[in-house]
Amino acid sequence: MKVVYERPHALLPVVTNYCPGCPHGIVERLVAETMDELDIEGETIGVAPVGCSVMAYDFFGCDMIEAAHGRAPAVATGVKRVHPDKIVFAYQGDGDLASIGMAETIHAATRGENIVVIFINNAIYGMTGGQMAPTSLPNQVTQTSPYGRDVATAGNPIRVSELLATLDGPAYIERVCVDSPKNVRKAKKAIKKAFQNQVDGVGYSFVEVISTCPTNWGMTPQAAFEWMRENMLPYYPLGVYRDVVADGFANAAEAASARNAACPIAHPEKKGEN
Amino acid sequence: MAQKVLMKGNEAMAEAAMRAGCRHFFGYPITPQTEVAAYMAKMMPKVGGTYLQAESEVAAINMVYGASAAGARVMTSSSSPGISLKSEGISYMAGADLPGVIINVQRGGPGLGGIQPSQADYWQATKATGHGDFQIVVFAPSTVQEMADYAFEAFDVADRYRVPVMILADGMLGQMMEPVVLPEAIDPADLPAKPWATCGHGHARPHNVANSLYLTAAALEDLNRERYERYGAIKAAEQRAECYRTEDADIVLVAFGGAARVARSAVNAARERGIKAGLVRPITLWPFPEDTLAEALDHAKAALVVEMNMGQMVEDVRLVANGTVPVEFYGRTGGVIPAPEEVLAAVEALSGKVGE
Repeated sequence: MKVVYERPHALLPVVTNYCPGCPHGIVERLVAETMDELDIEGETIGVAPVGCSVMAYDFFGCDMIEAAHGRAPAVATGVKRVHPDKIVFAYQGDGDLASIGMAETIHAATRGENIVVIFINNAIYGMTGGQMAPTSLPNQVTQTSPYGRDVATAGNPIRVSELLATLDGPAYIERVCVDSPKNVRKAKKAIKKAFQNQVDGVGYSFVEVISTCPTNWGMTPQAAFEWMRENMLPYYPLGVYRDVVADGFANAAEAASARNAACPIAHPEKKGEN
Repeated sequence: MAQKVLMKGNEAMAEAAMRAGCRHFFGYPITPQTEVAAYMAKMMPKVGGTYLQAESEVAAINMVYGASAAGARVMTSSSSPGISLKSEGISYMAGADLPGVIINVQRGGPGLGGIQPSQADYWQATKATGHGDFQIVVFAPSTVQEMADYAFEAFDVADRYRVPVMILADGMLGQMMEPVVLPEAIDPADLPAKPWATCGHGHARPHNVANSLYLTAAALEDLNRERYERYGAIKAAEQRAECYRTEDADIVLVAFGGAARVARSAVNAARERGIKAGLVRPITLWPFPEDTLAEALDHAKAALVVEMNMGQMVEDVRLVANGTVPVEFYGRTGGVIPAPEEVLAAVEALSGKVGE
């Protein structure tokens, strides 16, 4: 019998802690498939966050590190600086990445660490039971915004991909979702590209996956995807926010150099020209 | 025979760390540890190492966590307020059994405090560097030579027991220059492999995990008990202290680090006045050198603890004395360094009180 579908080797045969209908399982599978296809599981070190995917260290077959809340990019930086030839990725949710870990997120990105960051944005704190996240939408009801997120007092949601795209460090930023086979394939392509970038030394690659939380949103998985399409995608448009290779550069450093071409101190090689 | 060189305490610690095979340093600027980071920034690129100025102390210690998990000898340095920020990462390192070296060149506190020398982080270093059941090994050098020696040795101790190790210095030691003989350099390539490191399994072993999360209470208890057995081994093997003129001492001064230098002068001055004073100088603050101190107190009439804080180590000395002799305290704080005459006056007063 022909095998057409099987567990990726880089995904361990264990039961996850995810709720029924949670997209984490889809995305983690895509990461594991990528490790298999690029044959990098043995060379990869993953960093798990604090949040629903906190126990991802038990799910991925590669070496894993569990980081403190929000610190995954700093931890990944430490690993990558010790082993620049190994593959390092961080897998983080929105509270972890965009709230408590925003400084680590931005600075790893602007340093252009040659790592992959997978960002699961489902607009809520899942593990702690559904509190308002930095990406919760205006008027979104959560446990800690019971009357809906009032932007006058709770502020506005953060569009992380757009924010990071203002920096010179990143090589590749794309926002995807996994609500349909077509979009899953697109997400897979983005994740694989991010890891391939690292293998090729292109630089910091960031994939934001717009996701859902059926449990804490209080919806069926199907209704959650529908709510996501209706409300999240207009606020967080899918697409590529940075791709230095598509822009004609070999890597992030070259793109950054072109971007700051007018700054003399950034270009000592031009001294004496003109 | 190695050559004597004149070095600043902060630079001696940095150089000794590199000689111990440390090739990764993650820091954040703060006074008065500045020269540690500056030295690393200057020297690391020359040996193919990493100096990285992190976005915060929080990020720096988590880079240390990652680099340590990846198997490297790694260090960070800071001063008091920065250590508070690092306390999160130190707790996670302890919980994940990761070695690493943290330098604290103490300044006055609390809060932003001041930038003058202080020992006000004794409690933080020895009792509560972060949340949870854990200890870190704390070395308290009192000369530039010892700053080099213990910064070097800290890496061995950290690796041997898989624990974070702190060098608790102060702004006076960090900024002073003294002659120092530097330890012989180790090639990092010669260091023993760390089979637990998360550095890519190469399909040659099951995956390694660096983690401090254990949701089953019994499992976490077992892990903590195992760790405390290791702490027991550290207590048994790693207590260090120096005794100075304690053999016949009636008044035993107890002081560490910069304060011990002042206390030593006071001991000599007291001896000149006919008071049999001596000094026990804890070199490891944790494990506290209970055995050496107990022996010195055994035939003493009283102890005087001298610190650059409001009285922190004095509690540990009282625990060792256990009511057998009175234990008094003299200290200056907020960045003030006590003068030998002040300490001498306290010795004389105590000597008068406990009688001949």
